[in-house]
Amino acid sequence: MTRSRPSLFSLVLSLPLLIWQVAFFLFPLIFLVAISFWTVRNFQMTPDLNFGNWDRILTRGTFWDAYARTAMLATASAALTSAIAFPAAYAISFKLSERAKQWLVFVLIIPFFTSYLVRVYSLQVFLSDAGIINAFLDMFGIGPFLMLNTTFGTLVGMVTLCLPLVILLQVFSLNFVNRDFVEAAHNLRCGRLRTVLAVIVPSARVGLVIAALFAFILSFGDFVSPLYLGGGNPPTLSIMITDITKSGQQWPRAAVVALMMIGTLLTVAFGAITYAYKERGK
Amino acid sequence: MTKTTHAPTRRRLLQMTAGAALATPFLSIRAAAQTVNLSMLAWYGHAEPDIVGEFEDANNAKFTPKYYTGGDNMLGLIAQSPAGTYDLILSDAEYVQQLNAAGYIEQLDPADYAFDDFYPEFQKFPGHWQDDKLYSVITRFGFLGIAHNTDVLSEKDASSYGVFSDPRVTGKLGHFDWHLPNLGQMSLAVGNPSPYDIDEAAWEKVQEATMALRGQVGGFFDYGGTFSSLNDGQMVAFGGIGDWITGVLEKNGAKVRTTIPEEGGLQWTESFSIGKGSRNHEMARKWIQWITSPDGQAKSADMAAYPALVPSKKGWEVLNSTNPAEAKRQNMVLGQHNAMDMIREGRIKYRQLPVQQSLEDWNDFWSDYKGA
Repeated sequence: MTRSRPSLFSLVLSLPLLIWQVAFFLFPLIFLVAISFWTVRNFQMTPDLNFGNWDRILTRGTFWDAYARTAMLATASAALTSAIAFPAAYAISFKLSERAKQWLVFVLIIPFFTSYLVRVYSLQVFLSDAGIINAFLDMFGIGPFLMLNTTFGTLVGMVTLCLPLVILLQVFSLNFVNRDFVEAAHNLRCGRLRTVLAVIVPSARVGLVIAALFAFILSFGDFVSPLYLGGGNPPTLSIMITDITKSGQQWPRAAVVALMMIGTLLTVAFGAITYAYKERGK
Repeated sequence: MTKTTHAPTRRRLLQMTAGAALATPFLSIRAAAQTVNLSMLAWYGHAEPDIVGEFEDANNAKFTPKYYTGGDNMLGLIAQSPAGTYDLILSDAEYVQQLNAAGYIEQLDPADYAFDDFYPEFQKFPGHWQDDKLYSVITRFGFLGIAHNTDVLSEKDASSYGVFSDPRVTGKLGHFDWHLPNLGQMSLAVGNPSPYDIDEAAWEKVQEATMALRGQVGGFFDYGGTFSSLNDGQMVAFGGIGDWITGVLEKNGAKVRTTIPEEGGLQWTESFSIGKGSRNHEMARKWIQWITSPDGQAKSADMAAYPALVPSKKGWEVLNSTNPAEAKRQNMVLGQHNAMDMIREGRIKYRQLPVQQSLEDWNDFWSDYKGA
C-alpha cells in the first residue's frame, strides 16, 4: 500500500500550529537550556559556557529534598483527584439523562471562569484555624484542626485545581465505553463493582490515565497552592525557582531547576502515554 | 439621494478620518510638552495618589511607577534597562552602595536638600555618601522587631526573641521570606552587638539558633501572605517585619503590633536617588526636595501602603500637629521618650549586607533552613 503525500492544502493548514510551537515552545526551551550555562555578575547575565549552575543545584540536598517532595505531592494529587473524580464521572456518564449530563458538564466548566489564585485565596477562609470548617466542627466540640499551611492544605488546593478538568476528561472517556460490553457483563452475571473494575475501567483506560497525567502535570508545577495553602513550608520546586531568582537574580540556576522539572514531566508523560496505549495482553 | 451626492460624502469622511489620524501624534506631542513624565522605580505605594497627587498637581508632573519587591529585584531591573529609564530610584540603604558602584545613580548637590531640618543622625547617613559626595537622600525609615498578635502575646511577652520558642508560638511562627532581616534578628538574639559584622564562630551560632526554631515555623510568606496570616491570626508571631506591615493592619483594627525586644531591633532605611542619564533631572530634584520637606515628610510618615518614621525633625513637628494620633501610634511624639531615643540608646541596628560572609552564604543557609 502506498501512502499518498500530504496535500499542499493540509500542509498550509497545519502551519500555524507549527509556527506557534516553534516560537513559543521550542525556541524558549532552547533558550532555557542556553541560559542554564550563563553566569551572573553584578545582577547582569553574561552568556557563557559554565557548568557551575548545574553542579551547584544538583549537588545540593535542598534541591533533591524539594524534588522528592514535589514529585510525591503531584503523585498524591493525581491519585486523590482521580479517585474523587471517578464516582462523579461514572455517575454523569452512566446514570444521568442526556439533558442532565449537558448541564453538569456546563457546571464543571464554571470553575474555570474565576482565577485559580482567587479561588485559592478564598480557600484560606475555609481552612484557617478560625475558618469556616473549624467553626463548624467547633459546634460539635471537635477541633480546631490545623489545615492551613500544611501538606493537607496544599493537596486541597491542588485537588481544587485539577478536579473539574479530571472529571471532564473522565466523563468524555467513559462516554466512549461501549454500552454493549456493560450489558454483556451483566448478562454473564458479573456484579456491579466487578463490571466497573473489569470492564469499564480497562475500556476507558486511555482517558483515565491521561486525566491523571494532567493532574500530575498541573500539580507538579503549581506555585499557588504550596505557597498560599501550604505556607511555603517546606518549599516545592516552583517556590525554589522564585527563591533563586529573588536573591541575586540567579536566572541561570533557576533555569537548571526548570529544566529538571521539564525533563521529569516529559518522562512521566511519555511513560503514562505508553502505558495508556499499550495493547492489552502485551 | 442619488449616487453622485453619495460618493463625495464618503470621500470626505475618509479625508477627515485620515486627517484626524495624522493629527493625533501632534496632539500627544503638545500634551507631553506640558506635562513632565517622571518614571520612578520604587517599593509599592511610593507613586500612589495619596503621596504624589499634590506634587503632580502643583508641578504639572505625572509619575509612572515601576514597583519592585526587594533590592535584588530592583538591581536586576536597572541592570536590564537602558540608562535613563528611571528618573527616580527609591532604594533600601544597603543597596545604595551597589547602585553607586555600578554607576546607576547621579551625584547630588547637598545644598539642594534640607538636611538642616533632619535629626543629626540622618544628616550624613552611611552609604548615601561616598568620599564626602552625596548620592542619595534619606526619606523614611522604620524598625523591625517582633510582630505579634496582641490577643495571644503581650508586649511584655514579645520583649525578647526567646518568645519565638514559646509553646504558644509552636506552628504559628511566621517568617517574612527574606534572609536578611530574619537572620539579622537571630544574630541580635544570640547577642551579636553588630548583627551583620560577625566572624565564622558567631555565624555558626546564628545558624544553630535559627535551625533550632524550625519546628516552630508555620510558614514562609511573601508580602500578601504575611498580611493575611497575621490578620486572620493564623500566625501569632512573625520575624523579619515591623510596623511597615503591622502598622497597616493595626490601623485597620487588627490585633497586631511590633515590639522591639530587649536584644534590639533592626532599621530599614529608604532613600531617593536620581537615575544616571535621567532626562528630567530638574523635576526629579524638585520631587526629592518636596518629599523631604516638612509637609512631604508628614505625608510620607502616614503613607497608605506602609507607614514609616521620617528623618526630618520639622516633619515630626508637622505630623504632631496635623495627625497626632499617627504620631502617637508610631512613637513619634516630641518631648517624650520616642523612636529617636531608641536609636540613641543603641537598641536599633541598621540592616545591612553581611560583612564577613558573602550574601550567597546567608542565602544558601536560608534555603537550607526552609527545606529542613
